[in-house]
Amino acid sequence: MSTLVKPKAEHGKPALTQALLYLDGVSVAFDGFKAINDLSLFILPGEMRAIIGPNGAGKTTMMDIITGKTRPDGGIVYFDGKHDLTKLDEASIADLGIGRKFQKPTVFESQTVADNILLALRGPRDVWSALFGERNAIEPHRIEEILDIVRLTREQKRMAGDLSHGQKQWLEIGMLLAQDPKLLLVDEPVAGMTDSETEETAQLLKRISKDHSVIVVEHDMTFVRALDTRVTCLHEGSVLAEGQIDDVSRNERVIEVYLGR
Amino acid sequence: MILKALGSQPFSVNAAASRIFVGLLLAGLVLVPVLHLAIPEGAPFHLPTYVVALLGKYLCFAILAVALDLVWGYCGILSLGHSAFFALGGYAMGMYLMRQIGTRGVYANPILPDFMVFLNYKELPWFWYGFHSFPFALFMIFFVPGVLSLVFGWLAFRSRVTGVYLSIITQALTYALVLAFFRNDMGLGGNNGLTDFKDILGFTVQASGTRTILCMISIATLLATFLVAQRLVNSTFGKVLIAIRDTESRTRFLGYRVENYKLAVFVVSALMAGVAGALYVPQVGIINPSEFVPANSIEAVIWVAVGGRGTLVGAAAGAFIVNFLKTWFTSGLLAPYWLFVLGTIFVVVPLALPKGVVGALLDRFSTKSTGLKGASAMDEPAGKAAE
Amino acid sequence: MRPRPRSPIALLFVVFALVIMPLTVRQAMAQDRLDAAIEKLLADSYPDTDAAVADIVTSGAPQAAAMLDAMAERRLLFSTTAKSVSYQDAAAKTFDARSGQLIPAPPADAQIVRVNNRLRGTIAAAIGTLTLLSPDPAKRLSAAESVFKSRDAASLPALEAAMAAEKLPNVKRVFASARASVLLASPDADRAQQVAAVATLAERGDQDAMALLQGVAANAASGDVKQAAALAITAVERKLKITGVVQNVYYGLSLGSVLLLAAIGLAITFGVMGVINMAHGEMVMLGAYTTYVVQEVFRGYAPAHFGWSLAVAIPLAFLVSALVGIAIERGIIRFLYGRPLDTLLATWGVSLILQQAVRTIFGSSNKEVGAPSFMSGAFEIFGLSITYGRMWIIIFTLLVFVALLAMLKLTPLGLQMRAVTQNRRMAASMGIRTNWIDAMTFALGSGIAGIAGVALSQIDNVSPNLGQSYIIDSFMVVVFGGVGNLWGTLVSAFALGIANKLLEPFAGAVLGKIFILVALILFVQKRPRGLFALKGRAVEA
Repeated sequence: MSTLVKPKAEHGKPALTQALLYLDGVSVAFDGFKAINDLSLFILPGEMRAIIGPNGAGKTTMMDIITGKTRPDGGIVYFDGKHDLTKLDEASIADLGIGRKFQKPTVFESQTVADNILLALRGPRDVWSALFGERNAIEPHRIEEILDIVRLTREQKRMAGDLSHGQKQWLEIGMLLAQDPKLLLVDEPVAGMTDSETEETAQLLKRISKDHSVIVVEHDMTFVRALDTRVTCLHEGSVLAEGQIDDVSRNERVIEVYLGR
Repeated sequence: MILKALGSQPFSVNAAASRIFVGLLLAGLVLVPVLHLAIPEGAPFHLPTYVVALLGKYLCFAILAVALDLVWGYCGILSLGHSAFFALGGYAMGMYLMRQIGTRGVYANPILPDFMVFLNYKELPWFWYGFHSFPFALFMIFFVPGVLSLVFGWLAFRSRVTGVYLSIITQALTYALVLAFFRNDMGLGGNNGLTDFKDILGFTVQASGTRTILCMISIATLLATFLVAQRLVNSTFGKVLIAIRDTESRTRFLGYRVENYKLAVFVVSALMAGVAGALYVPQVGIINPSEFVPANSIEAVIWVAVGGRGTLVGAAAGAFIVNFLKTWFTSGLLAPYWLFVLGTIFVVVPLALPKGVVGALLDRFSTKSTGLKGASAMDEPAGKAAE
Repeated sequence: MRPRPRSPIALLFVVFALVIMPLTVRQAMAQDRLDAAIEKLLADSYPDTDAAVADIVTSGAPQAAAMLDAMAERRLLFSTTAKSVSYQDAAAKTFDARSGQLIPAPPADAQIVRVNNRLRGTIAAAIGTLTLLSPDPAKRLSAAESVFKSRDAASLPALEAAMAAEKLPNVKRVFASARASVLLASPDADRAQQVAAVATLAERGDQDAMALLQGVAANAASGDVKQAAALAITAVERKLKITGVVQNVYYGLSLGSVLLLAAIGLAITFGVMGVINMAHGEMVMLGAYTTYVVQEVFRGYAPAHFGWSLAVAIPLAFLVSALVGIAIERGIIRFLYGRPLDTLLATWGVSLILQQAVRTIFGSSNKEVGAPSFMSGAFEIFGLSITYGRMWIIIFTLLVFVALLAMLKLTPLGLQMRAVTQNRRMAASMGIRTNWIDAMTFALGSGIAGIAGVALSQIDNVSPNLGQSYIIDSFMVVVFGGVGNLWGTLVSAFALGIANKLLEPFAGAVLGKIFILVALILFVQKRPRGLFALKGRAVEA
C-alpha cells in the first residue's frame, strides 16, 4: 500500500504549477447517477499514464470532461497550470494542445487518408487560413512523414471509410500525431487489433511519450503491461488505486472490482 | 497543386463533369442571344421568348440549388429557409423596379407605388428610401440576406442547433417572414407583392433584348456561383465542411471552430440565394410572399437531392430537371397530378437514389469507389443513440 | 320614444297587491280589477285602453301577461254584443280574458283592440313590470336587465318592491344595479342616493356599468356624484382589465389545447421515437376527413342519431390515421432510420401525396362538419363567456393526454415502447420485437393525430390544407417543451397558447404569432433541448 499514491487536494496544490493536467475533486452526475465522483488525478509533463477500470468506472466521462464535451458539476480541471478547462469549449481545448483518440475509431470516412491527416495537422484552424492561408497550403512532406510513422503511406489516396478496423485505429493515432498535442488522450487504442499490431501500438505510444504526455485508457492488461508505466485504476468515478502495474494488480480492491481472482 | 497531388484526385470524374457543365454554360452564353435575337421568329432554331423566360427562371433556381448544396450537401445544414434569402434578394430588386415605374403607375404617383396609394400611404416608408438608385438596390441585394443569415446563423450555430432542429427553426424563420410579408402594414405590397414592373436601368423589362441580357447575366452568375462554390469546396475549407458534415464533434476535438465554418458557408450561401432572387424577379415580373412559403423552400431542397447533394453540378442539374418536369406537367392536362409526381420524387429519391441522378452517374463512370458511404454519411446522426 | 310616465302610485299599488297582500284577498281583488279592465276595453277608446292596461297589471291575474302580450300583438279582441274580451296566443288558440279558459273561437263580431304607439310603450313597460315579479328567476333577471338598459324611472317603485321580495342573491344584485341605473338617469334623484348608485354600479363592474358610469362622469349635475363616478370608473377599469386578462387566458387555454392536440402525436413520433414526420399534419387532416365521412353517413342513414357522429368518428379516425401511419413507417421511414434529414424529405413527399389524394377525392373546397348540440352554445361565468365547443375541446384534449400517459406508463406496450426508445439494442436482446414496437409507436402517434383531427374539425375549416397550418406550430410546441417529455409538451402548448392570446390585443393576431415564432427561434438557441431537457450521455449521442 505504501507505494500507492492517492493525490489529495492538499497534496496536489503544489502540483498546480508542475502538472500538465490537474484534476481535483471533480464530480459529474447524469440524472442522479454519479458518473464521476470526487475524482483527483494529475499528469506530469512527459508522463504516460494508463487508466484501467471496469465498465462504468467513468473513464470515458473523464476524457469527456478534459476535452470539454461534458461540463463537470464541481471540481477543478487545470491544464498547464493556467488554463481552466471547465470554462473552455472543445475547440479551445484542442487548441491548447490536447488531442483525443476515441474509443470507437472516429475518422472522416468520406475523405482520403491523406486528407484526414491534413485536417489534423498542427497549424492555424480558422476559416480564413483554410480558404486562402496557411492551412490551404500545407506542405505535403508533413503529411507524408506522419503517414510513414503510422504505415499508411500506401493507403493515402484511399477513402478512410474503406480502411480496416486496425488501420482506422492507426489513422486516428496518426491524426493525433499530426495534431502534435502536449497531451494525448487515447481511448482503447488496441481494441480489435491483432497481437502483433497491439505490440506495435505499444511501441509507438512509448515512442510518442518521450516528448508528449499520454493518457491511455485500455482494458487489455497485456498491452498495459507492455506500456510499462504508471497505472491508475478507476472505480465508480474515483481513483481506486494508483502506482506501478505490479503494485496495482496486487491490490485487493482492484482484484475484487476489476481484475477478478 | 500540392493538395491535388495529395488527395483530391480520385474525383477526376467529378472534374470532368464540372468541365462539361462549364462548357454548357459558356455555350449557352453564346447561343441564347444568337438563337433568340439573330435568328428571326418563325425560322428553325429560333428560341421563342417564353423559352428564354423559362430558361432565365431555371437558371435562377439553379443558382439557388448550388447555394443550398453548399450548406446541405457539403456541410450537412439542411436549411429550409433559403427561399427566404432568395425572396429577400428578390424584394430588394423588386423595390428598385417599383421605384422605376414612377408616374406610369395606375395612380400616376411619382413617388408612391400603386399599392401604397391604394392603401392610403401618405409618404414613402423609410426602408424604401434609396431604392430608386440601382447601386443602392444592388448593395441591399447582398446586404439584407447577408445580415439575416449572419445574425440567424451566429445564434444558431453558436448554440449548436443541428440536424432536424436546425431545419425546423429555419422553417419557422421562413414562416415568420412570410407571415410578416403577407401583412399590408409591412409596406411591401402584402398579398400581391411587387409587380407591374416597367423598366430596369432604362431598358423595358419585357423587351426581347432585355430578356436576352437578363438571361445571359443569369448564365454568367450561375457560372460565377458555380466556380466560387467549387473553389470553396476544393480548398481545405471544403474538407473541413465535409468533416463537419460527417462527424461534427470529431472536427471540434481537432480544434476547429465548427460554428465559424458553418456561419461562413451559411452566409456565402445566403448571398448566392439573394442574388438568384434578384435575377429572378425582373425575369418573372413579380415577387410576392407565396414565393417563399415553407413549402417552396422545401421544394428547393428536393432539386438538390434529385441532382445529387454533395456534387455542385448535380445540384444545378437537379434544379433544371425538377423544374422542367414541373413546367411540363403543370402546363398540360396532367396538372392535377403534379403534386403526386413531386411527392413521389420526395419519397423515392432518399430511398432509392440518395446520391441523386448526377451522383449516381458519377459513381457509374468512376472506376473505383469514391468511398462515399451511401447517404448515411450525409446526415449528422441525431436522435438515435449512435455511440 | 320614451313611454309616458305613469303614476308611480298605481304601480306601487300593484306591487303592494301582488307581494304584500295575503293571497285570498288578492284573488278577490284581482277579479274586480280584471272586470274593470274589460269594461274599459269595451269602450274602444285610447284613453280607456290606457287605463285598462293599468287595471290588468294591478289585477295580478295569471293571464295578465298573456293579455298584454296579445294586446301589443293585436291579438286582443273585444265583442260589444257578448260584452266579453278574448285573446289569442301565438298559436291562434283563443282564451276568454275574464276566466283565462280556452274557448273554441272568439265571438262573431269580435274586433281587435286598437293600439297606437303611445299605448305600445305603456304595454311594454307594463309587461316589464309584470315580469319583474315572475316566478321564473331567469325571467326576473332579464326583466331587471331590460330596466337596467331602459333606465325608465317609472319602473322604479316596482323594481324596489321586487328587490325587497327577491331571495336569490344574484338576481337581487342585478335588481340593485338596475335601480342604480334608473336613479342615475333621473334628474330629480337624491344626491346621496346617486352616490350610492355609483357604488352599486362599480360593484357590478362590467362593460355596461362602465358605459353608464362614463355617462355619469361626463353629465352629472352634482360634483360629488361626478367625483364618485370618476373613482368608480378607475375601479371598474381595473376590474375589467383583470376580467379581460382572464378571458384571454381562457382563450389561450383553448388555443393551447388545440396546439396540444396537434402536437401530442408528434411528441410521440418525434419526441419519443426521434422520427421527424412532416406528414404529421396530414394525419390530423385525415382524422378531420374521417369525421366528415362519418357525418355524411349519419346524415344519409341515421339523421336522428347525428349527436353520436363524433363518438363514432373518434375511434375510426384513430384507426384510419394509425393505419396510414403504419404504412408510412413500414414502407418508408424504417429504411431511413439514422438519416433524419432524408426522413424529413420523404415524409414531406408523403404529405404532398396525401394532400393531393384528398383534394382529388373530396375536392379542394372546405367541407361542412357539423357540431352536435352539446358542442354549441355558450354560458357565462364570472363575466367570462365560455363556449361549449371550446370547453369540450379543452376537456377532450386533457383526456387524450391522460389516456396517453396512462398507456405509456401502465400498459405492456407502453413499457416496451419506452424500453426501445431508451436502449434499442438492450430491448432487442431481451426479446422485444423492436421493429414491431417502432411500427406500433408510430401508429400510436399518428392515431392520436387522427383523433386531434376529429376535434379540430369542430373549430377549423376541413380542407386538404388543414394539416399544413399546424405542422410548424406542432414542431415548435414539441421542441419548446423538450423533446421526449410529454409533460413538457403539455406545458409548452398551453404556455404558447396563452402567450399568443395575451399578445394579440397589443400586436394583432398575425404580428403576435410572428413575435411568438421569433421568440421561439431565439429560445431554441438558448436551450436547444427545450424547456424540460433530458440530461445525460444518452442525449448527447
